[in-house]
Amino acid sequence: MTAIRTEAAPKPARRFTRRRRLRFNDPVVGVWLAAAAVTLLGWIVVAIDGGNLLSRTGVTGILQNSVALGLVAVGQSAVILTGSLDLSVAYLISIGTLVAAETMQDGSVFTAVLAVLGLSAAVGLANGLIVTGLKVNAFIATLGMAFILRGWIEDNYTGPAGKVPDSFQRLGYDRIGPVPVSVFLLAGVAVALWLITKRTRLGHHMYATGGDEHAARLSGVRTKRTVVAAHVLCSLCVGAAALFLAARLGAGAPWAGTEARYDLESIAAVVLGGTALAGGRGGVAGTLGGVLVLSVLDSVFNQLSVDPFFKNVVRGVVIIAAVAIYARPRRTTPRRQPA
Amino acid sequence: MLKMQGVSKSFLGVRVLHGVSLDLEPGEVHALVGENGAGKSTLMKVLAGEYAPDEGIIELDGTTVSFSHPGQAQAAGIGLIHQELALLPHRTVAENVFLGREPVRRGLVDRRAMEARTAELLAELDETGIAPDTLIKDLSVARQQTVEIVKALAASDVRVLVMDEPTAPLADHEVELLHGLVRRLAGRGIGILYISHRLREVFDLSQRITVLKDGRKVATLATDGTTADEVVRAMVGRELGSYYPPRAEAEEVGEPLLTVAGGGNERLKDVELSLRAGEVVGIAGLQGSGRTSLVRALFGAAPFTTGTMTPLRPTSPRRAIRAGIALVTEDRKAEGLALRQSVRDNALLVTRAVPGRGTRDIGGLLERVRLRSRGEDQEVKYLSGGNQQKVVIAKWLAARPKVLLFDEPTRGVDVGAKAAIHTLVRELAREGMAVLIVSSELPELIGMSDRILVMAGGRLAGELPAGAGEEQIMRLATSETASAKGAAA
Repeated sequence: MTAIRTEAAPKPARRFTRRRRLRFNDPVVGVWLAAAAVTLLGWIVVAIDGGNLLSRTGVTGILQNSVALGLVAVGQSAVILTGSLDLSVAYLISIGTLVAAETMQDGSVFTAVLAVLGLSAAVGLANGLIVTGLKVNAFIATLGMAFILRGWIEDNYTGPAGKVPDSFQRLGYDRIGPVPVSVFLLAGVAVALWLITKRTRLGHHMYATGGDEHAARLSGVRTKRTVVAAHVLCSLCVGAAALFLAARLGAGAPWAGTEARYDLESIAAVVLGGTALAGGRGGVAGTLGGVLVLSVLDSVFNQLSVDPFFKNVVRGVVIIAAVAIYARPRRTTPRRQPA
Repeated sequence: MLKMQGVSKSFLGVRVLHGVSLDLEPGEVHALVGENGAGKSTLMKVLAGEYAPDEGIIELDGTTVSFSHPGQAQAAGIGLIHQELALLPHRTVAENVFLGREPVRRGLVDRRAMEARTAELLAELDETGIAPDTLIKDLSVARQQTVEIVKALAASDVRVLVMDEPTAPLADHEVELLHGLVRRLAGRGIGILYISHRLREVFDLSQRITVLKDGRKVATLATDGTTADEVVRAMVGRELGSYYPPRAEAEEVGEPLLTVAGGGNERLKDVELSLRAGEVVGIAGLQGSGRTSLVRALFGAAPFTTGTMTPLRPTSPRRAIRAGIALVTEDRKAEGLALRQSVRDNALLVTRAVPGRGTRDIGGLLERVRLRSRGEDQEVKYLSGGNQQKVVIAKWLAARPKVLLFDEPTRGVDVGAKAAIHTLVRELAREGMAVLIVSSELPELIGMSDRILVMAGGRLAGELPAGAGEEQIMRLATSETASAKGAAA
C-alpha cells in the first residue's frame, strides 16, 4: 500500500453484507430458476403443439393447481426442517373436507373453519407428542396416524358428504383478473410460515433442532416442544388446504386428499425446493418454487394430453435429478484464513 | 474464586473420581493433565453441571453451589467448551452464538441486534476477521472454536471457562491464535481450566498444573517450579501388575508381511513401518495422535493417499481383506458386529462377504477363541463384552489373515477375557501372523509388544524396544514438535 494512512479508519459497524447477493448455488434461487426454465420450455413446447401455456386460463389453472399442494407443502416444510416428517396429511385433508362440508350444511361457515382448524391442530399435536414423547420414528408415527384417520373415514363415509354453501365456494372459484383468490390464501399462509421460520425464536429453534438436535439441546433449546409446534403448524396448513378443497368440491370427499396423493407430493415439492430431508436446511421459499415446478409440469402435460404414465416418469426424473444436484458438494466462497 | 473439594463420582459402581480437589484464581490458566481415562473430562463435566457429583462440594466466590443441569452452571458463570464443537454448520455465526437465547423485538427475532452484539463480542476478543453472518461451515475449525468461546461468553457473565483439549483439532498456526485468545480471556480476569495432552502448551500457557491419575489428584504444581519430566512421572507412576505371555524370541521373527514407506494422508505423515511374521508391534500415542488413523489406513478404511505399501496399498477394506489384512476396530458394537445377528452369522460375516477367502468351519474357530456362549444361534447382543470381542476375532480368523491389526483389543473387556485375548494374540503371532496392537492402556502395550512405536501429531515419533517404560513412552508421545503438527494443516 502506498497511500499514507493518517489514522486507522474506524471499522464500519455494518460491513457484513456479502451474503445478501444472489447465489446461484443456493437451492432457493436454483428452484425458482428451474421453475422459470420449465415454464419457458413448456411454453415453447406447447406453442409448437399449437397451444398457449400462458393463456389466461392456462395461468389461472397453474395457480389454481398450486394452491392445495402449496398449502400442504408449506406445512410439510415446517416439519421436515425440524427433522420430522408427516405422512398423515392426505387423510387429514379428506377428513377436513368432510368435517367442513358437514358443519357448513348444518351450521355456519365460521364454526366449520374453527372445527377444521381445531381438528387439524389436535392431529398435529398428537403426531408431535407421539414422535417426541413416545419416541416413535416420525415416519412410523405419522404413517400410523394416517391408518387411524383412514379407518375413521372408511368406517363413517362411503362417498361425498355435506354441502358447502355458495358463499364459501367463492374461495375456490373467484378470481381477481387471472389470479384466483385462493392464491391469496396460499400467499398468506406462506408468508406467515416464512415469518415464523425465519424471524421468530421458534423458527430458529426449528432449524437448530433439525440441524443437530443434540447441539440444540446443549444450547438450551427445548427441542421436544419445537418438534411438537412444527407438527401443529404443519397440520394447520393442511387444515387450510382442506378448507380450500372443500370450497372447490362443494362437498366433503373421502378421497379429497388421497387421490392427489398429497402426502408424497408434498414431500416431493419440499425436497425439490432444496430442503434437506434430514432437516436443518431449506425453507418455505424453496418449497413454493418446487410446487410451481410440479404444477407447471402438470399443466404442460395436460395441454399436450400426454399419457399420464409418461408424465409420472418425467416427474420422477425431475425430482431425482434435483436432489442429486443438491447432494453434490457445493463450493461456496472459500473463507479459510491464509496459512 | 473457584474451589472444588473432595469431588467423587461413580458410574455403575465404577469409581472414576476419588475425592478430587482443585481451585482456580481469577485470570489464572490452570492446566489439567493426565493419561487417557484419568478423569479429567468427568471432573470438568461435574463442574459444568452435566454430571452431579456423588460427594464433594463446589464453591464459587465462597458460596457453595450445586448444579443439576448445564443451564444452571452456565447462569452461574461457568462455561464449557466441549471437545466436540456443538455448532450448527448451516446456520450463521450470530445464530449459533445466540441459539436458545435469541433477542426478540415485537415478537420477531432481532437479527440486527444479534449480529451487532456478536460483532461486539468478537471485537472484544480482537477477532474481527469473522463476520457474524458467515455460515459456520465456511469457517476454519479454529474460527469455529472462537465462535464456541464467544457463545459461552454471550451466555452469561463468564467467570470460569473450561476448555477440553481445545487444540486437538487445530493446525499449528491456529494453535498460536488460540493461545493468544486464551491469554486475552485470562487478562480479562476469567479463570481458565485448560485440559491438554500437550505438555509444551501446558508449560506455555498455565500458571499451575494439576495432574490426575486413575481418578485421583496426584499433585498441583506451580508451572514455574516444575519440569516436563516431573509432570510425566506424576502422570504415569504405576506398577506393571498383571501377567502377560512371554514375548517372541529373535528366531521366531520372520519375513516382513506388511511394509509402508512414506505413507501419508490427511491425518498421517511420513509413516515408515514394517510388520514381520511372528512379532507383536505396539502403537502408543495420545488421543488424536493418529493411532486409529494409522490402522484405518493400513486396512484401507481411510486409505493412504501417498507412499507405497506392500503387499498392496489398499483403497478399500475389501481389497485389504483380499490381501490378508484384518482389523479389529476399537468400537466393536458399531463397527465390529451385527448385534442383532447370531454368533454364527457374525463369525461368517467376512467369509461370506469376500468369497474365496477363508473357512466356513467356524465351530473350531469359536473353540479356538474360547468363546463362551449358549450356542452358535445366540444373538451377540446378549454376550459379554469379552465374548463379543472373541466373536470379532473369530470373524477375522475365519478369513485367514496374515496381518492382524487390533485397535484397543481389550477395551471394555473383563479381566478374565482380557488374559484370554492376550494369550490368543501371542499364539497367533507364534503361528506366523504379524500383529499390530493400538492401545491406550500402557501396561497392556508394554506387556504385549515386542517393540513399541510411539505416535504424535500423525507421525511415528519414535520406536522403543520391548520392555520400555511408561515414562519413555509418554515423553515421546508428548514431545511432538511444531513441524509434526503442521502435517495436519
